[in-house]
Amino acid sequence: MSNRSCQRIGQIPGAIQAIPILIVWFVSARAHAEYGLNLHAPATNLAQKIYDLHTAILWICLAIFIVVFIPMCIALLRHRKSKGHRPARFHDNLTLEIAWTIVPVLILLAMAGTATRLVVAMKDTDEADLTIKVTGHQWKWEYEYLGDDIRFISTSSTPKEQIDGAQAKGENYLLEVDRPLVVPAGQKVRLVLTSADVIHTWWVPAFGLKQDAVPGFIRDSWFKADKPGTFRGQCAELCGVGHGFMPVVVEVVTVEQFDAWKQAQKALVAAAAASAGKTYTLAELKALGEKVYKTNCIACHQATGLGIPGAFPALIGSKIVSGDKSGHIDMVLNGKPGTAMAAFGKQLSDVEIAAVVTYERNSWSNKMSDVAQPADIAARRK
Amino acid sequence: MYTADTAAHHDHAHGAPRGIMRWLTSTNHKDIGTLYLWFSLFMFFFAGALAMLIRAELFQPGLQLFQPAVFNQLTTMHGLIMIFGAIMPSLVGFANWQVPLMIGASDMAFPRLNNWSFWLLPAAGLLLIATFFVPGGAIAGGWTMYPPLYIQGGVAYDMSILAIHILGISSIMGAINIIVTILNLRAPGMTLMKMPLFVWTWLITAFLLVAVMPVLACAITMLLTDRHFGTHFFDAAGGGDAVMFQHLFWFFGHPEVYIMILPAFGIVSTIIPTFARKPLFGYVSMVYAVASIAFLSFIVWAHHMFTTGMPVGGQLFFMYTTMLIAIPTGVKVFNWVATLWRGSITFETPMLFALAFVFLFTIGGFSGLVLSLVPVDIQLQDTYYVVAHFHYVLFSGSAMAIMGGIYYWLPKWTGHMYDETLGKIHFWLTAIAFNITFFPMHFLGLAGMPRRIPDYALQFADFNMISSLGGFLLGASQLLFLYTVIKCVRGGAPAGNKPWDGADTLEWTQTSPPPYHSFVTPPQIKLVRGRSHANAR
Amino acid sequence: MQTHAEHDVYYVPPPSIWPLVGSVALLVLASGFVMLLHKIAAGPYVMALGIGILLVMLFGWFSTVIRESLAGKYSDQVDTSFRWGMVWFIFSEVLFFAGFFGALFYARILAVPWLADAQMLWPGFTAAWPTAGPGVKTVLTPVDAWGLPALNTLILLSSGATVTWAHWGLQKGRQFQLKLGLALTIILGALFISLQIHEYGEAAFTIRDGIYGATFYMLTGFHGFHVMLGAAMLTVIFLRALAGHFTPGRHFAFEAVAWYWHFVDVIWLMLFVFVYWL
Repeated sequence: MSNRSCQRIGQIPGAIQAIPILIVWFVSARAHAEYGLNLHAPATNLAQKIYDLHTAILWICLAIFIVVFIPMCIALLRHRKSKGHRPARFHDNLTLEIAWTIVPVLILLAMAGTATRLVVAMKDTDEADLTIKVTGHQWKWEYEYLGDDIRFISTSSTPKEQIDGAQAKGENYLLEVDRPLVVPAGQKVRLVLTSADVIHTWWVPAFGLKQDAVPGFIRDSWFKADKPGTFRGQCAELCGVGHGFMPVVVEVVTVEQFDAWKQAQKALVAAAAASAGKTYTLAELKALGEKVYKTNCIACHQATGLGIPGAFPALIGSKIVSGDKSGHIDMVLNGKPGTAMAAFGKQLSDVEIAAVVTYERNSWSNKMSDVAQPADIAARRK
Repeated sequence: MYTADTAAHHDHAHGAPRGIMRWLTSTNHKDIGTLYLWFSLFMFFFAGALAMLIRAELFQPGLQLFQPAVFNQLTTMHGLIMIFGAIMPSLVGFANWQVPLMIGASDMAFPRLNNWSFWLLPAAGLLLIATFFVPGGAIAGGWTMYPPLYIQGGVAYDMSILAIHILGISSIMGAINIIVTILNLRAPGMTLMKMPLFVWTWLITAFLLVAVMPVLACAITMLLTDRHFGTHFFDAAGGGDAVMFQHLFWFFGHPEVYIMILPAFGIVSTIIPTFARKPLFGYVSMVYAVASIAFLSFIVWAHHMFTTGMPVGGQLFFMYTTMLIAIPTGVKVFNWVATLWRGSITFETPMLFALAFVFLFTIGGFSGLVLSLVPVDIQLQDTYYVVAHFHYVLFSGSAMAIMGGIYYWLPKWTGHMYDETLGKIHFWLTAIAFNITFFPMHFLGLAGMPRRIPDYALQFADFNMISSLGGFLLGASQLLFLYTVIKCVRGGAPAGNKPWDGADTLEWTQTSPPPYHSFVTPPQIKLVRGRSHANAR
Repeated sequence: MQTHAEHDVYYVPPPSIWPLVGSVALLVLASGFVMLLHKIAAGPYVMALGIGILLVMLFGWFSTVIRESLAGKYSDQVDTSFRWGMVWFIFSEVLFFAGFFGALFYARILAVPWLADAQMLWPGFTAAWPTAGPGVKTVLTPVDAWGLPALNTLILLSSGATVTWAHWGLQKGRQFQLKLGLALTIILGALFISLQIHEYGEAAFTIRDGIYGATFYMLTGFHGFHVMLGAAMLTVIFLRALAGHFTPGRHFAFEAVAWYWHFVDVIWLMLFVFVYWL
C-alpha cells in the first residue's frame, strides 16, 4: 500500500471518493440552514413528505455508492500491474449477476411504494376550501379568486436599475412582486392553472408545488400552508425573454386577515370602476403609462423603444404607433396572434391601456401629441 | 482474444486520392470517420464557446454581458449543437473507424451513402450557425423547441427546423449503414455473440436512431406547418395540444439520450478490459443490459413531463418504467467493477477517462434515480439539478468516454503515440474542472434555481461563481486536448500494431495506421473467450 | 445471413462526387424554402435550383449504381446489404407515419375530451370527432369513407396485386407479364393520385380547420407524396424492365420498389380505417 506509484495515482481517486460523503454530511447537518444546499424548508405537509423522500433516496444512493465503489477502489489500489498483480481469468459469475439484479429490484420496489402514495396524495384536489384560477402571461401571473370577484395581475417589482447594476440589489432581488397571491393558512387551496400564450410553470418550492400552465387547457393542483409567512418561487418553464423575471410570491395569512384582505380588494375594484369615466391630461397619462410600459412592454420593445430587430419590432417610427390612434389601441387590446404580442385587453384596465398608448405615442422621438382616454379604450373593446 | 487469419494481399484497386477530393468524394470508412471526428471536434469547441459565454453572464447576478433574448439563444444553441453537432457525430466517427475494423469488414456496407451521411452535416451545421446572423438571431426557445414559444420566433426557427431535418436524414442513413454493416459484413466466425461490445452498443444505438429520428422529423414538420400553413396541431383553439409536441419530442428525445450514451458504454467496455488485462466481466449480461435499456427507452419518455399535469395513472406508469432503467444500468456498472477486480491494472490516459466515466456516470445515474420519483422530480424539474444531472451523464458520461476513446485509438488511427503526460494533465484538469463546474449545480437546483434564466436571485450567487470559474477552467483544458490531438496526428513515437498489451480486438491485428483498405478479404475469426492477457505481447 | 463460402471481395465503390452534390442540393433547397416562407422573392428560384441539383444527383447516383450492377460488381453479399438497407429504410418510414398517427390518436382520445372538460375556458364545447376545435369557427363535413376513399382503397389494393403479378412474371422469365404488370400498377397509381387530388378539390374543409383538417391533410398528404414517389420509382423500374435489366435471379431494384409500394398500400389501409372510416 505504501508503494510510491500507488500513492501518486491512487490518492486522487480516493480523494474524489470522499467528496460525496463530505457533501452528504454537509447537507444533512445544515438541512434547514440558509446555505441553499438542499430543498427549501417545507411549508406544507406534502412538501415535508417530498423532502423526506428525497433525503431517504439520497441515503440509499450513498449506501449503494459505497457498496459499489469500495471494491472498485480496492481493485484500483491493490490489483495493479505496478504492484505485480497477475490478472485473474474469471469473466462470469451467475450467482453474483443474479444477486445484483434482484437486490436493486427490491430496493426499487420499496421506493416505488412510498412514492406512489405521495403521487396519489398530490393529485387529490377534492374538497378544497378555496379555488384560485392562475393564468400565466408573458411574463406575469394573473390570479382570479373564483366566486369572489377578485382578479389581479402579479408582476415582478424588481427595478430595472437593479438588474442592470445601476442600483444595489435588494434582499428579494427577482423574487418580489407588486401584488402577491394572498391565501389563508390551514386551508386547502386548489389552483386551476392555464396560460394565455405559451407554457409557463407556477412553482413555489416550499409548497412542493410545481405545475405547468398550458394554454387552452386546465390543470389543477393544491396546497395547504401550515403557517402564515411569505413564500417565493419563479416561473420554471422557459417562456421567452422575460422567463427569468416572472416570480411567484405567496402571502400566507390567518383566516381573519384573509377576510379583511378580501374586503379591501373589493373596495379597490369599486374605486377603479368609479374612476373609469374620468378624463386625464397628457402628463398624467404619460406618467402612469411609463409605469405600465415598464411592467408589460419593456422586455420586448426595450426601454429605448427600439425593440430587438428581427424579433421584436421597434415602437419608434412604427407604422402602428405613428398611425391612427384606434389602430394602435386595437393592437394593444387584441395583440397579434402567433407572436409574443399579447392581447392586453384581458389583462389591463381601460385607464392603463389609455396610459400606455399615450405614453408610446409621445415618448422617445415619437411626437404624436394625441391622448387616448379610457373612454376611447372602452369604445374599441369588442 | 481475437485472432485473424488474413490473406496477405491487399487490393489496391483505388488507394487514397490526393488533395481535397480525397475528403469531398471519399468512400473510405476511415477517411469518413476522420471527417466525422474533426467535424464534431469543431462543433464541440463552437458549442463550448457558447457555454463559456453562458457561464460569463451567470458569473454574478444581474445582466452584464447579454440581454435575455441573446442569452436564450446561447443556451438553446449550446444544447442543440452539442447534441447534434458534437456528441452524435463523434460517436458516428468512432463507428465509422472502428466497426469495420472490429468485425473484419473491408468497409461500411454502403460507402457512398456513408459519405453523404457525413457531408449533410456541414450543410445542416451551416444552416444552424447562420441563424446567429439573421434578423432576430438564433432560436431561443430551448433545444427542446416547445411550442407555442417556438411558434412565436422568426426566420431562424424555420432554418433550424430544416437543419434538423437534414441532420435527421444524415442520422437515419448513417444508422442504416451501420446496422447493415454489422448484420451483413461480419467476417466468417464473427458471430453476433462474439462481437466486441462496442459493436453491439452501436448496433442497438443505430436501431434506436432509425426508430426515433423519423418521429422527430414528424414533430418538427408539425411545428413548421403550425407556423406557416395554419394547422392547429399544438393550438388548443383548433383542438390541438401544445403538450402533444412534448410527447412526440420525448418519444424521440429519450431514446436520443441513450443514443448518446450506449456507444460510450461500448467504448468504456473496450478500454477497461484492456487496461485491467482481464476479459470483460459478464459479456452476455452486458449485451442484454444494453438491449433492455434500449427497449425501456421507448416507454419512459413522459418522465420529462411530470409537471405537465398528466393523469395520475400516467405519472405512475412512467415513474415505474423509469425506475426500471436503474436495473440494467446497475448491471453495467457492477460488471465494470467486477472486470477491474483482480485485474492487472495500469493507468494510461484512456483508462483514467474510463474510470472517471464509471465513477461520474454513476453519480449522474443516481441523480437520474432521484429524478425518476415523481414527487421529487416535481421539485427538481426545470432546475439546475436537471442541468447537473444531464451534464454528469452527457459530459462526464458521453464526452469523457469519447475523449478516452480518442486517446485509446489515436495510436491506431495515426500510427503515433500521443503524449502521455499531456494526456494525463488533460484528464485531471478536465475531471477536476468538470466537478467544480457541475457539482454545485445540484445544490443550485435543490435550492430552487430554475434553468434557462439569464439572471438569478442573490442566494444563488456563490455557487454560480464557483461553477463559472470551473467552467472557464474546463473550457481552457480542452485547448490542451486539441493541442495533444494535433501533436499526435503530426507525429510522435511509432505506435506499432498493438501499443496496448491488454487489447484483444481485431483492429490491433492491423498496422498502425491500418492500410487504406483493410480486411479486403475477410479474415477467419477465432475467439478464445476468457483467455488471460497477462502474458500477451 | 449469407454464406462466406466463396470468400468474395465486397465491392467498395471508388470515390464519388454524388453525395456532395446531394448535400449541396439539400442545402440550396432548404435555403430556398426558408426564403419562400419569408416571402423573399428569390425563394422559388433557389428552391427550383435545389430540386434541379437534387434530380441531377439522383440521376447520376442511380445511373452509377445501375452501371455497376449490370457490370456484375455486386456479389450476393452486396445484394443482401441492399435488402437489409431497404428493410430498415421502410422501417424508418413506418415510424414517420406512426408519429402522425400518434398525433391523430392523441388528439381524438385525449386532447379533445380534455378540452371539453375545460368548460371554464371553452364554454359549450363538447367532445366529438371530427372537430375543428373549440376556437375555430367552422362546420366540418368529413369526407364519406364509402365514396371516393373506398374506390381508392380498391384501386390501391389492385395495384398491389398487379405489382405482385408482375413479380411472378419476372421470376418465371415472362418479360411481357412483367412489363404489363408494371404498366398496370403505374396506371392504377396515377389514377389513385388523380382521384385524391379530385377529393381535395371537393373537400368542404381545409388544412386550417382545426385538428381534424390538420391531421387529415397531413396524413393523406404525406401518403399521397409517398405514392407519387413510389409511382416515380415504378416508372424507372418499368423503363429498366423495357431495357431488359432484370433477370429471374437478380432483380433487387424491382423488389425494393415493390416492397415500397406494398408499404404505401398498408399505410393507406390504416388511413382508410382511422382517418376516413372510424
